[in-house]
Amino acid sequence: MIRKSLTVLVIDENHIRASIIEAGLREAGHEQVTVVHDVAGIARRIAEIEPDVIVIDLENPNRDMLENMFQLSRVVKRPIAMFVDRSDQASIEAAVEAGVSAYVVDGLRQERVKPILDMAISRFNAFSRMARELEEARSELEDRKVIDRAKGILMRSRGLSEDAAYTLLRKTAMNQNRKISEIAQSLVTAAGLLDPGES
Amino acid sequence: MAAEHQINAGFMPLFDSAVLVAAKEIGFAAREGVDLTLSRETSWANIRDRIAIGHFDLAHMLGPMPIACNLGLTPLASDTIVPFSLGLGGNCVTVSNTLWAGMAAHGALPDLNPARAGKALGALIRERANAGRDPLRFAVVHPHSGHNYELRYWLAACGIGPSREIEIVIVPPPFMADALAAGRIDGYCAGEPWNSASVVAGTGHIATVKATIWKTSPEKVVGVRKAWAEKHPEALSALLRALHHAARWCQDPANRGELAALMAQPSFLGLSPPLQMPILTGHLALGGGAERTVEDFFLPFDKAANFPWKSHALWFYTQMVRWGHVAHTPENLAIARDCYRPDLYRSALKPLGVALPGANSKVEGALASATPVGSAGASLVLGPDGFFDGQIFDPDEVDAYIAGQKLARAEA
Repeated sequence: MIRKSLTVLVIDENHIRASIIEAGLREAGHEQVTVVHDVAGIARRIAEIEPDVIVIDLENPNRDMLENMFQLSRVVKRPIAMFVDRSDQASIEAAVEAGVSAYVVDGLRQERVKPILDMAISRFNAFSRMARELEEARSELEDRKVIDRAKGILMRSRGLSEDAAYTLLRKTAMNQNRKISEIAQSLVTAAGLLDPGES
Repeated sequence: MAAEHQINAGFMPLFDSAVLVAAKEIGFAAREGVDLTLSRETSWANIRDRIAIGHFDLAHMLGPMPIACNLGLTPLASDTIVPFSLGLGGNCVTVSNTLWAGMAAHGALPDLNPARAGKALGALIRERANAGRDPLRFAVVHPHSGHNYELRYWLAACGIGPSREIEIVIVPPPFMADALAAGRIDGYCAGEPWNSASVVAGTGHIATVKATIWKTSPEKVVGVRKAWAEKHPEALSALLRALHHAARWCQDPANRGELAALMAQPSFLGLSPPLQMPILTGHLALGGGAERTVEDFFLPFDKAANFPWKSHALWFYTQMVRWGHVAHTPENLAIARDCYRPDLYRSALKPLGVALPGANSKVEGALASATPVGSAGASLVLGPDGFFDGQIFDPDEVDAYIAGQKLARAEA
């Protein structure tokens, strides 16, 4: 028997993450995927699309509004429950930890929905990892910039060489059990306060 | 002292999370040996989910929410109990400037009088209906909330059918003011500071307040995962003592400035300290230059504000029945009654020798003025606790109360 493929609605304000999930679902053979970034007018969209599965990120503050809507039968024709099987505690935990939640229409079998949820979980996790790596790279760059400025201040005010300025920053950081970038930031802030021309 | 108890708690950015925040930030939790970790959440659904899977042991919750969970009205519900209330009052009904002008034309005055404001709103609603205009749209923060039930109670007592004559939608509290300003809603019932936010922006008018619809009425609670509470009774008791001290600190007028500055921090509410003051002083700007001071506007501690009265749980239950959220059966009634746990509150606070109510329930609406009542330990003052329409809720007469509501609804 050939079953009609499931219709999936992805609600995510984060455009990049939404496209990653959409791509994943399409690669897995789900043709009918709709992505919505803005919940304005969502009731009408849901009525039009009649999704079997709704995937939404947990950061979305509109979950309370959506859940209320799912319970009002005049907006949504078929009853919608959160996850397909409450006994699948591991899946539920993995989803919440990944920051995603799924609502499915009543009567769908778990084996049809689980691959979609698993896909969403893995893509959410991949996105978080990517965002974390980006953030680390960004803060590393910021750190380097502030250390360069602190070195410059020391070189000018104390007549030190670049190496000696860096050594002084590192020694101070070790003595105070703090990061070099923190010492550098304090120095830059202090210099800015003492001499507005410096910043 | 090293912390004996690790506790994870969730909260929503609303002022009535203050007792939890103060317990952590002012050090009351640490003094009781509790290492309290607070996580700000973006929806009540997240709080419910994270309680269910064990990320949180307990959380800042809407008073009816744990009851709804135990009744199985929400997805991923887990057994949740309420051993502590986070305060009485604190909500307002705010309407758009346009709606206020319409209400004023029908006799509403900037005096927060619920009966007068409701009468004017009813007249306006019928005028609009006769002109074939769309029904007004009000927002509340959650279907199972004090906000939804007090808004509906107010409207119904003023002869307005909340399900028939207006539309009620759900909007997250921090979005209320924007939704009102953009014209997506005509009014809302929410906690502070989200009402003052509209008044300060010049886009809303406070029409009435929870503290006049039902004086000293219940609002947020601490919802605790039952399985966790049973496994960690000492941790829970220590936390309840910390919350007791934190609540007393929050109530003290001498600490208002510090509390406002604390709640203003970006990790809590992220709104300026002056916006935190109306809830603390009860002195509200209503819009259009009008001001009013409301007695007992928000009580984080006084008048046994932290005691989880079973009569509060039962009143919420009667409203769930009234608006079709749940069927009235002896089993459901028992679930609602068992959700609030004054026994846990009492046993945790007994060693402190503080005033503790002797009863688990009280007749709501019976006290016309502040009244000293019998209690274990020091003296305790309760009330006034009246409903604005003069009704009384006797927790021993739930059936009659529900039947009376049905009748009133048929007439409305």
